[in-house]
Amino acid sequence: MSELIRLNPPLCDADVTQLTAGDKVLVSGTIYTGRDAAHKRIVDTLAQGGEPPFPLEGAMIFYVGPSPAPPGRVIGAAGPTTSYRMDAYAPTLMEKGLKAMIGKGKRNDEVKEAMAKYKAVYLAAIGGAGALMARCIKEAEVIAYPELGPEAVRRLVVQDMPLFVVNDVHGGDLYQQGRQAYARR
Amino acid sequence: MSSVRTVEVSAIVDAVARLCGEADIYLPEDVRQAFTRAQASEPSPVGREVLERLLENADIAAEEKMPICQDCGLAIIFIDIGQDVHITGGDLSEAINEGVRRGYQEHHLRKSSCHPFTRLNTGDNTPAIINYSIVPGDKVHLWVVPKGGGSENMSRVFLLTPAVGLAGVKNAVMETVTNAGPNPCPPIILGVAVGGTFDQAAVRAKRTLLRELDSVNPDPEADQLEKEILEEVNKLGIGPAGLGGGTTCLKVFVDIKPCHIASLPVAVNVQCHAARHKEAVL
Repeated sequence: MSELIRLNPPLCDADVTQLTAGDKVLVSGTIYTGRDAAHKRIVDTLAQGGEPPFPLEGAMIFYVGPSPAPPGRVIGAAGPTTSYRMDAYAPTLMEKGLKAMIGKGKRNDEVKEAMAKYKAVYLAAIGGAGALMARCIKEAEVIAYPELGPEAVRRLVVQDMPLFVVNDVHGGDLYQQGRQAYARR
Repeated sequence: MSSVRTVEVSAIVDAVARLCGEADIYLPEDVRQAFTRAQASEPSPVGREVLERLLENADIAAEEKMPICQDCGLAIIFIDIGQDVHITGGDLSEAINEGVRRGYQEHHLRKSSCHPFTRLNTGDNTPAIINYSIVPGDKVHLWVVPKGGGSENMSRVFLLTPAVGLAGVKNAVMETVTNAGPNPCPPIILGVAVGGTFDQAAVRAKRTLLRELDSVNPDPEADQLEKEILEEVNKLGIGPAGLGGGTTCLKVFVDIKPCHIASLPVAVNVQCHAARHKEAVL
């Protein structure tokens, strides 16, 4: 576990390859949201030769469907959703330049292989800490699929968003390593 | 002979709306205490940090009147209606749904209910999932349990062969938790129903989640099983947020009922660490 590493998307290969499972990172800058329905639409759009709703090159995507912004707030609670539901779509997005995914929970082998191949990382936010995460979000704007409500794609400007590196490009997996370190059976 | 007491549906609407907001915004006190206890015993520094962040999150949510978690859940309702109560003024199920509709709108909660195929959001978090019981007395006891998708997706029903016995039941729970890993937002709470039928076991497993985390099961057999499963689950090493540690589960609730001579049903309802539930008696 090293000291805090700062990341400012869009990311390049060097930003990503320096990371090791277990590192703590602070993200500041522009990131995009997308979960189940948005992923399906983005991948369908790409398959038809269309343009994605945001530039994928170097992008960081946050698997989140925030709660509505209370009056005077930029956004409501905004913690991560479980990532495996995006596994079917993630390799396609990495092939197109996606560099980091923020979520919670395990990824499948295809996603991990794609992370090594395309040099991308998987970062975990603390699940269920939605109010805390909202404090890191300074701007939020729906940029695509508004009809999806909480699942619409948003552009977020974040500051010092605290995350853990779960899967790195070298095959490291914090969920496996953390569990092995504390398993007693 | 007892007299009949009247409860207006408008009171049900108001109570459900209020409880939806309270349940999603305020971390239950028993959960807060369980986090604090876990901090003292958690061997992993990262695990302790996660628990600290969760306490901080609860404080921010209460201060800003913002939900603890963006997944404000499907609205699960348990309603125990005294047999001496007469509900008047309208359709009770519709009143509960109206309470959910109003509560999710007024408290800025996320609406997560959608059509299973089109995935089109119903827009108001209805229909609520309503579990009715008729009980003695002249009161209406109402619980709102917002249940997130992440933990619900990791829940399982097993129809075991009686030959596998108690060991088989424990294995089913361990398999459920092991497969879930970091997905359901550990430290989790487990609702385990043994016996009954396929359908009833699942509802009973969910109903156990209404219990307080520091409560003691009055059934000694279930109490024993709760302790044994908790100890085994916390040896898995999954830990807070799944990042490794000794606090994978805060509490196991077990409900044991008779079943068919051919069957051994087991339902495991996985609950996330927020363990949201609020109740009212009308």
